[in-house]
This record gives sequence, structure tokens and C-alpha cells, in this order.
Amino acid sequence: MAKPRIVQILIRNLAAAAATLLGLLVVTFVIGRLLPIDPVLAAVGDRASADVIAQARAEMGLDLPLYRQFGIYLAQAVRGDFGQSVLTAQPVIADIARVFPATLELATAAMLIGLLLGVPMGVAGAVWRGRWPDHLVRIVGLVGYSVPIFWLGLMGLLIFYAKLGWVGGPGRIDVYYDGAVPPISGALLIDSLIAGNITVFVNAFRHLVLPASTLGLFSLAYLSRMTRGFMIEQLSGEYITAARIKGLSELRVVWVHAFGNILVPLVTVIALGYGSLLEGSVLTETVFSWPGLGLYITHSLLSADMNAVLGGTLVVGAVFVGLNLFAEMLYPVFDPRAR
Amino acid sequence: MTAVPIPIPTTRLAAAWDRASNAFATLVRNPLGLAGLILILVLIFMAGFAPLLAPFDPSAQDLVHRLLPPSAVHPFGTDELGRDIASRILFGARITLRIVVTVGVIAAPLGLLIGIAAGYFGGWIESVLMRVTDVFLAFPKLVLALALVSAVGPSLENAIIAIAVTSWPAYTRVARAETVALRHADFIAAVKLLGASHSRILLRHVAPLCVSSVLMRLSLDMAGIVLTAAGLGFLGLGAQAPSPEWGAMMASGRQYLTDQWWVAAVPGLAIFLASLGFNLLGDGLRDTLDPRGRR
Repeated sequence: MAKPRIVQILIRNLAAAAATLLGLLVVTFVIGRLLPIDPVLAAVGDRASADVIAQARAEMGLDLPLYRQFGIYLAQAVRGDFGQSVLTAQPVIADIARVFPATLELATAAMLIGLLLGVPMGVAGAVWRGRWPDHLVRIVGLVGYSVPIFWLGLMGLLIFYAKLGWVGGPGRIDVYYDGAVPPISGALLIDSLIAGNITVFVNAFRHLVLPASTLGLFSLAYLSRMTRGFMIEQLSGEYITAARIKGLSELRVVWVHAFGNILVPLVTVIALGYGSLLEGSVLTETVFSWPGLGLYITHSLLSADMNAVLGGTLVVGAVFVGLNLFAEMLYPVFDPRAR
Repeated sequence: MTAVPIPIPTTRLAAAWDRASNAFATLVRNPLGLAGLILILVLIFMAGFAPLLAPFDPSAQDLVHRLLPPSAVHPFGTDELGRDIASRILFGARITLRIVVTVGVIAAPLGLLIGIAAGYFGGWIESVLMRVTDVFLAFPKLVLALALVSAVGPSLENAIIAIAVTSWPAYTRVARAETVALRHADFIAAVKLLGASHSRILLRHVAPLCVSSVLMRLSLDMAGIVLTAAGLGFLGLGAQAPSPEWGAMMASGRQYLTDQWWVAAVPGLAIFLASLGFNLLGDGLRDTLDPRGRR
């Protein structure tokens, strides 16, 4: 008997994701070899004798054929070994594990802003299509797509931190409170609540508001545009006309009938949007000195710490692939038409 | 009632001209599209006439008059080396346009060729090419560009190459989708019977039909290219000092943010307006040229 269709789809998608991950490793491997600096010379110095250079080359595995080198690289990457960071003298994977929660907290806060504001805005745009709420949503969306996120962040810091003093400055928390609550989830807002430390919670919140809003404008633009498109498609369906003829309230037609049908595509879009936020966090974290993965990558690349840069790039790519896989699987699981 | 005679185009060129002027008329009637067109025309004008428009030499330092606020002499003030910010913005428009055009010229034809080859040949060629495309799509653009530039060394040329390397997969997807629809068309079969080679079919008969979709997609991506380039410049991985690249100008103005805000604010505003212009124009073109997109 044939396997159920859903299992086949799962296997096919997993295989595709694995192939993409392998491709990511090839790309980072190639980028690593593009370095204009000879890693051997960098290690032994340019006054070393030819013997020393040859020995170092052999120790670093650089005398092997390229495919063997890639094999070693692959085996190490699968074990999570991306080498040592020159900057922190720590394994890259340990560094990433340390900084990733900060990025996750920032991206999640931005996504929540996008969800809470962007989705209702998209629905409003679709319901009052072609009228002023629609134009307003469209303009907010255009601004969100067009504004350089690092400029928005700097202007936010200038106005709300430097001039008005409403929010906390750069960083996740005031230095004074650093390490005040035990890290459990890695997200300071949650950890401070678990520890029952309201002072730290308020402080962390004041620091998070501005970077999260900056990044959140992009997710708001993205989610409102997507929601609007999905809702317009649903609202033109015949079942909506039928529901209206039955005399259902407009509120029920929009939020129960039409909105209920866009939940699956919406969750797909949210998963993919998380990936874009990860990308946006690189610039946002640089502006706000937010100690996450983005800041880690940019700090590392300014000091030519390639192991750290490529490790970070791979992790971001792998998260992307994971989110894509999740998004691809949603339709077949929840929508029988897609099987 | 008498019928109004409609001039019927007699040549191919005349027909193309009619189509283009109709599209232009529709675009101009769309207020947002018109705004985008104006912004981009201003950008092109700034770039083209920068030497005539700029009141000062963009790299002339004047340390006595550093960090001056906006005034009649210096409409956007001066930067940390006393250079006139307005003049630097004008010359920066050249760099922005150069990046957008070069990335488009590299990435769009490359993506188009890979896409039509994948769609036309099908089979394992298609599988391999689309797998590679997916790998590049799986990387967030900015992060891949960062890694590439940090490996080959920061410069404007390398930033352009890095953005092009991360941009082509979108056009491959578009071109492949169009080609798959054409693959079994009768006219392709007819050309094949006439003995045309694969390369002739692809370049003379398939590619021209995919060009418009690829260009449409490119127009929607222009703003993203501007933002990525500015982001690389801001991180110090794009154009290097003393080049008046807008992102790099923002980065150097960052340390004077609190007291001399204009040094960072003005270049950022220029980036915003350029990217907004491309977004508005791209949206307008899509609404004009693609009836399916009209919602």
C-alpha cells in the first residue's frame, strides 16, 4: 500500500531542505576560500621558513584536495563545530548560543507589533478597499518598505532617547542591572518576570521598545500588505455573498468567515517574515548596540574574523531553511486541496 | 453617431510606441506612480548635473567650518571635515544610480538565462539549476552579501558584485515560470521543425517573451537594491571614504547624532526618498502593465 500522501510530501520537503542546507555549506565553504589573506601565512607570519609553512599547511588540512577539505568542513559543521572565533577566543557555536536569544527576543517583539497592528490594518484596507483607510494602510506600508531601517533607528534614538528621554538607550539593559536576573529563557522580559524583579523588567522594556518598533515597522508593512491581499481574495468569494444574504452581521462575515480562511496563508507569511526580521536585525542591532547575532556578525566581519562570520551566516541560513520548511508544510497539513 | 477613427499602427515600431505611450498615460494618471516617476527623475537629474548643481567641491575639506548647521550657504550644513553636505548628496546620487543600474545589468540577464535554460530543457538540468537557485534564495540577501564582501574585501565594486550575486535568483524564478508555459507552444515546435538550434530558440524566441516579466520584477526590486547597498555602506563594507556614498555618510555622521543631527539625518533622508521613488514607480508600473495585478 502506498504511503499516505502527507508523508510523501513531508519526506520530499525534508529532502529538499537537506539539499538546500548542503548547498548553504558549499556556499560558505567557497566564501571561506575566497579570502585574499592566506590563512597559513596569517598563522605563522611571513618570515617563517618554507618548512614551517608547509607543516602549518598540512596541520590545517590545506594540502588536501578541495573535496576532502569540504568533507572535513561538512563533518565539523554537522557536529556544530564552526571553529574558534579569533575575537572572543571561544568556539563560534558557543558565541552564537550566547547571543541568539537577544535576537530572538527582538525579532519576536517586532513580529508581535507587526501582528497586532499590521493584521487589523490589512483587514481594514480590504474591507474599505479604495477608500481612505485603504490609502492610509498603503502609504504606511510603502514607508515601511522604503525607509532605511538604520536611519529610522538613529532618528528614533535622537528623538525619543537623546531629546525626550522617554526610552532606554542602546543595549538590552542598563549596565547596572546586567546579570541581575538568572538567564532561564534568554529573553530578559521573561526572565525578569520569572525572577519577580519588576525593576529589571521595566528597564529591559524601556530598552526594547525602540529597536522593536523600528524593526516592527517593517513587519507591519509586510503583514498589512499580505493580509490585505488575502482578505480581498476571500471577500470576493461567493460564500461571502451567501453569508451576507443569510443576514449575518458584517462583523461576523469579515472576522469569522473570511478571516478564518486566511489563517493558514497568514501563518505561512508570518513564518517567512520571521526570516526577514532576522535579516533586518543585523542593521537594527548595529544601530542599537543590541548584543544579538546581527551585532556579533558585524563586529566579527569588521575584524576579519571569518569563522565567526561564516558560522553566523550559516546559522541564519539554517533558520531560514527551517522556517521555509515549516511554511511549506502548513498548506498540505491544514488544506486538503494542497495535497 | 459617427465612429471616431482609431489610427491603426502600420509598423511594429509604431505599435510598440502606441503601447508605451498608453502605458505612460495610465502610469501618469496614478498619483502614487506619478510621484515615484518624479522622484526618480529628480534622482537622475541630480546625478546627471551634479557638477553644475553642487555649490561646493564634494571632497573639499574646510576644517574651520566643520559641523555647521544648515544655512543659506550650506543648505544641509557641513560634515565633520567641513565638506558641504548638499554637494555630497548630489554626487552621492551618481553612486546610488550606478549601483542600481550595474546590479540590474548583471543580475537580470544572468537570472533570465538560467531561468529560460531551466524551463526549456526541463529534466535534470531544470532540477539542478532550480536547486542552486533555491540555495541562494535560502540565504537572507544582506547576510550573504555581508559574508561575501567581508571575504573579498570592502569596496564599492565588491558590494555591487555581492548584491548582484544575491539578486539573480528572483529573475530565474520568473523566467522559468514563463518558459515552462511556453515550452510546448506551437510556435516553438514550428521553429524546431525549421531546424533552429537550442540556443537560437532560447535567445531569439523564448527570451524576448520573458523580458517584460523580468523587467517588471526588477523594477520592484530596485528599492531593495538601494537599501542593501546603503546598508553595506553604513556597515563600512561598501564605498569607502572619502566617497560621498549615502550609507557611508550616515555612518560617519553617527557619532555626531546628538548635537549635529543633520550630518546623519540628511543622507538617510536621501536614501529613503530614492527607495520610496523606486517602490512607488515599481508599484505603479505593475498596476499599469499587469492587468492580473490590478486588485
